[in-house]
Amino acid sequence: MNPEMYFPTRESYRQQMIELRDRQFQMCCDLCCVDYLTHPGRTLDDGIRPERFEIVVNVLNLDDPARARVRVQVPYPNPEIDSIYDIYPGVEAMEREAYDMFGIIFRGHPDLSRILMPDEWEGFPLRKDYDIGAVPVQFK
Amino acid sequence: MTDTTNTWGTAEPKQEMATRQATEEVEMQRELGEMADPRVALLDPDDINIEKLSDETMIINMGPQHPSTHGVLRLMLELNGETVIRTKSVIGYLHTGMEKTAETLSFLQGGTNVTRMDYLSPLANELAFSLAVEALGEVEIPDRATWIRMLMVELNRLSSHLTWMATNGMDLAATSMMIYGFRERERILRFFEKTTGVRMNHNFIRPGGVAADLPSGWQDDVEDILAHTSSTLDDFDQLFTGQPIFRERTEGVGIIDAKTAIALSATGPILRAAGVPWDLRRTMPYLAYSEVDFDVVVGSQGDTFDRYAVRMGELRESVRIVSQIMDKMPGGDYKTQDKKITPPPRGRIDESMEALIHHFKLYTQGFSVPPGEVYVAVESPRGELGCYMVSDGTSRPYRMHTRAPSFVNLQALPTLLRGALIADAVAIVSSVDPVMGEVDR
Repeated sequence: MNPEMYFPTRESYRQQMIELRDRQFQMCCDLCCVDYLTHPGRTLDDGIRPERFEIVVNVLNLDDPARARVRVQVPYPNPEIDSIYDIYPGVEAMEREAYDMFGIIFRGHPDLSRILMPDEWEGFPLRKDYDIGAVPVQFK
Repeated sequence: MTDTTNTWGTAEPKQEMATRQATEEVEMQRELGEMADPRVALLDPDDINIEKLSDETMIINMGPQHPSTHGVLRLMLELNGETVIRTKSVIGYLHTGMEKTAETLSFLQGGTNVTRMDYLSPLANELAFSLAVEALGEVEIPDRATWIRMLMVELNRLSSHLTWMATNGMDLAATSMMIYGFRERERILRFFEKTTGVRMNHNFIRPGGVAADLPSGWQDDVEDILAHTSSTLDDFDQLFTGQPIFRERTEGVGIIDAKTAIALSATGPILRAAGVPWDLRRTMPYLAYSEVDFDVVVGSQGDTFDRYAVRMGELRESVRIVSQIMDKMPGGDYKTQDKKITPPPRGRIDESMEALIHHFKLYTQGFSVPPGEVYVAVESPRGELGCYMVSDGTSRPYRMHTRAPSFVNLQALPTLLRGALIADAVAIVSSVDPVMGEVDR
C-alpha cells in the first residue's frame, strides 16, 4: 500500500500538517530527519529544491486505514523549521531526537534539549560529516 | 555545543526537571500531561490542585538504577505529599548509536544490529528491517518463509508478554509471578534456540527469507508450548484477574482516554486498552495475517488493569494464531532462490564455481538495492514498530530510522502519572512496558 506523499515548503509545512490532521490523519506516528549530504539526487515534487536535510513525517488515518508521508526540505547553514507540537503533541520526543541527532531547530518546541546524548555533547552524531570513532585493534 | 550552566544557577542540566519558577509555561504543561492540541480537552483543574508553590512540593528522582524501571529509565517526579503532579522522563543511558551503526553495516549484516534494539522481541525488529529491505529491493519471498516468520513472531509475542506478566507481577509485589512467567518464557526460548541457534538476538529473519528451516519435529515442540501456555494462562487468570489486591492496585490507576492516546501517538496495548481497535495485523495486514483468524482485544477504561487484560487477551489470541499457523504451514523453500540475495547452501560451494562466486560476493560486498525510501511498520508486542529506510543504491542503507514503540509510548507517562500516588507509579510504568534497549537505541 503506497502512502500519499506531500512535499510542502518550510513555509507551508504547518498548514499542510493542519490540513492532514483535519482530513482524519489523527496520529503522527513518526518524525525523523535524513541528512542527504552525500546523496543529493532523489525524486522530489516539481519545484522543490533538494536541500541537505529532510524532515520526514509519517501520519496515520485510524478510521480508514491509510498512511501519508510528508517530506520537508531544510537547508543547511540555518536548519530551522516550525515545530508541529501543537498540532500533533506526540512528536515532542521525536523532534527532540531530530534536534539531538541532526541539530535541527524546531521553533516553538516546548523543551528543545538533547534527549539521547548527554547535555554537554558536542556535535550532532547522525550527520554525515560527523566522524565515527574507531579504536585500533591488533590481531595476533 | 549545549550550554551546561543553566540560567537559574543550579547544576541541573536542561534535560532534567527544573523548579517551577525556572520552567516555561508550555514545558510545564507538557510535564503536567496537558497538551496544546485542540482535539484533546484540557485536564480538569478540579481533579488535582496543581497551583502549588514550589516550596510546598518536592522534586524527586526515580532511577536510573531502580529495579522497577525495567532497565535504565529515569523519572523526575514533582510530588505534592504522595501525589505525583509533574513527570519528566530522562532517557539515553543505553544509547549506543544503533542508527549510526546501521549505516556502516550491509543489508545482510543489519539484522544483527536491529535485533538488539528491543531485546524482548528481537524477531519483530528483524521482521521490520527485512520487510523494509525487501520493499526497497522488490524481493519476493516464498510462502513458507512468510509463514515461518509469522510463527516465530507470534511465539515471540508470547514470550514477550509472558516476560511482561512476570515483571509486572514483580512490580506489584507478586514475587512468585516472576518465577512463573519466566518459566513459561523459557519453554519458548528453548524452541528458539533449537530453531535459530540462540535464545535471544537471533538474526533469524533476514532479507530474502529466514536463516534456516524449522527443525524436524517442530510441530511437537510448538504443540507442547501451546498446551503449557494455555494451561498457565488459566493459572495466571486465577492468580491475577480475580484477585482483589491486584484489582485494587490496578483498577482506575493511570487512566488515559482514546483521544489523548491518539494525540500522544501511543500504540499497542496502551491504545487498545483505551478502546481503539487498532492493530496493524488487522488494519494494515502484512505477512499472511489476513489469512488467519484472530480477534483484536480492546479495553474500555484505559487504566492499568485494562492494559493487563489486553495483554492477557493477546496471549490467548497468539496461541490461537500459532495453532492455525501449524495447520496451514506450507511446504517449499524457506528463503528466496535468488542467489544475489541469499547465500547458496554450504555444500554447493565445493561443487559449483557460480555458487562460490555468489557466496564470495555476498559476504564481501553484500547485495545492493535501488535508490529510494520506504517506511514499513509491523505490530510488535509494544506497538507500531516502524523502519524508515533510505537507500542510495549501495549495499548499505543510507539511513535507517527505527520508530521504536517504547520510545513514543513513554511520552504518555506525564498524563498517566498525573494525580497518581507515588506507590502506583511503579505499576503504571510497568503497564507501559518500556524496553530501554529500544527507547535509547
